[in-house]
Amino acid sequence: MVSIPDRKTALRLALVATAAASMAACASHPKPAYPTTRPSAAAPAPRGETAPPPAPVSQAAIPGSEQDFVINVGDRVYFDFDKFQIRPDAQPILDAQSAWLSKYPAVTVRIEGNCDERGTREYNLALGARRANAVRDYLVAHGVASGRITTISYGKEKPIDPGSGDEADQHNRNAHTAITGGAAAR
Amino acid sequence: MRLALALIAVFALVVVAAPARAEIEVNVNRGDVQPLPIAIPPFGGPQGPDIAGVISANLQRSGLFRPLDPSSFVEHDLDPAVQPRFPLWKQINAQALLNGQVTQQGGQLRVAFRLWDVNAEQQLLGLEFTSTPDNWRRIAHKISDAVYERLTGEKGYFDTRVVFVAESGGRGAKVKRLAIMDQDGANPSYLTDGSFIVMTPRFSSNSQEITYMALRPTGSSVYLFNLETGRRESLGQFPGMVFAPRFSPDGSKVAFSVEHAGNSDVYVMDLHNRASVRLTSDPAIDTSPSFSPDGRSIVFNSDRSGSPQLYVMGADGSNPHRISFGDGRYTTPVWSPTGEYIAFTKQTGGEFHIGVMKPDGSDERILTSSYLDEGPTWAPNGRVLMFAREAANGASRLWTVDVTGRILQPVPYPLGGSDPAWSPLLQ
Repeated sequence: MVSIPDRKTALRLALVATAAASMAACASHPKPAYPTTRPSAAAPAPRGETAPPPAPVSQAAIPGSEQDFVINVGDRVYFDFDKFQIRPDAQPILDAQSAWLSKYPAVTVRIEGNCDERGTREYNLALGARRANAVRDYLVAHGVASGRITTISYGKEKPIDPGSGDEADQHNRNAHTAITGGAAAR
Repeated sequence: MRLALALIAVFALVVVAAPARAEIEVNVNRGDVQPLPIAIPPFGGPQGPDIAGVISANLQRSGLFRPLDPSSFVEHDLDPAVQPRFPLWKQINAQALLNGQVTQQGGQLRVAFRLWDVNAEQQLLGLEFTSTPDNWRRIAHKISDAVYERLTGEKGYFDTRVVFVAESGGRGAKVKRLAIMDQDGANPSYLTDGSFIVMTPRFSSNSQEITYMALRPTGSSVYLFNLETGRRESLGQFPGMVFAPRFSPDGSKVAFSVEHAGNSDVYVMDLHNRASVRLTSDPAIDTSPSFSPDGRSIVFNSDRSGSPQLYVMGADGSNPHRISFGDGRYTTPVWSPTGEYIAFTKQTGGEFHIGVMKPDGSDERILTSSYLDEGPTWAPNGRVLMFAREAANGASRLWTVDVTGRILQPVPYPLGGSDPAWSPLLQ
């Protein structure tokens, strides 16, 4: 059993670990494989939303915690250039987000829309807002109460990948589901 | 704020009976203009050399003048009250000569100067400015504007400031502070502390007031900030994000974008009664509004055609029509203060450009190209544009380019910056 990685590391690990799965899922997609967080096949499935976890002898993510969401569900989906439509490879992640949020109804989230830097600042703010709302609409359509969700666009102001080029740009075109309250303590 | 200074042009030394026609002039409309050789010897008196140095740098950066090397000067210690020995200035091919004298009396700095046409052997300008010694740079900018106007026939733009976003830290970890500096990069000061993101500050075209956007995880706000009084106020609460503010030419309104359920539209608010009117209602992105100088029209950015393009509509939202039809993505339109052009950012292939076009979309000219050029702002005389140029490594610096595209150079502000906005001429 490894120690719980910090959140940033966890994200990076998840990106690496799922690259292959992504590629398979994207076979019909004309673009190269995108690093995409996906629900892990080995996701521990907590049985009841109210059941407290057993004494944390293990250091795996506590069900219902932010780590649980980030590691086992996936907190980010990716978009094509100048697009805000939910891609096929994003749907399983958002389905899993919906299911997880249904399981933990006290949790509230903020959907943060992000853009690559290959656009100008104000246009990208508007584009990021579209992305955030596309995710919000998807979650609401899959049963999450709209009152639990807020949205914001960061435009190109908060890139997760500091590099430049196609790969960094793809990483930076995303919508991040940030937990703002109601999650289990870590 | 130290803005309310009294900078007075006391009297003209010129005998204005019949100003003989100067033989020299600078044609600002020609792209192939040869910069005018001008001699600017150090002014006499306290801070005289500093003042001459700032004037020389201003004129050189305009691209229209070529200040000569002072080490080539033969006549020294000129007295502005005495006619220079013109043959000694002809001999080094100076076409214009600017000399001046600084005196300090009663806590005031008095700077008298004269501009001469060397070949015609006549005076073109004689003025003096008086202010407190700490305003010596502003006096230098005022003199630069007087010389520029006398020799080009157009208003100068040197006694101005630029509000911008000062950047520090690398991509993904940038700290952004609202900042203001003189147009030549001097006297930078910071108006926010970097604890939240600020972007897109814009000057009112007739006062020392700015509007800008602040972005926090809880939402966005548009602020009005009076630089003279320090008064700062929010435009108010909106259902979604509010961004892309810009003043109307008379300063009575602000146009901006409001996002609701993912859709961004252009609104305009009357600052007297705080009533907002929605001007666009298209499901596309509508943003980056900019008024024409007569206040009757607004150019804005929309992707209603499927990609971002420029549109012009009436200031009431009537008759929106597309004006950009070139190959590429057009954003950040900004109407020039003269009304002659609309500047924009254009994206083609893997590059970004700053360009200008006529308000009907004709006569498009691309002025710059790089990895990422963005967000032009006009000098108040409509001759120079400032913009941000970001390198592939994420470092963003401020640059200027003249409207002919000939004179491209970084702004002498040593640190990172983006989103510049040029002030009107100071009063």
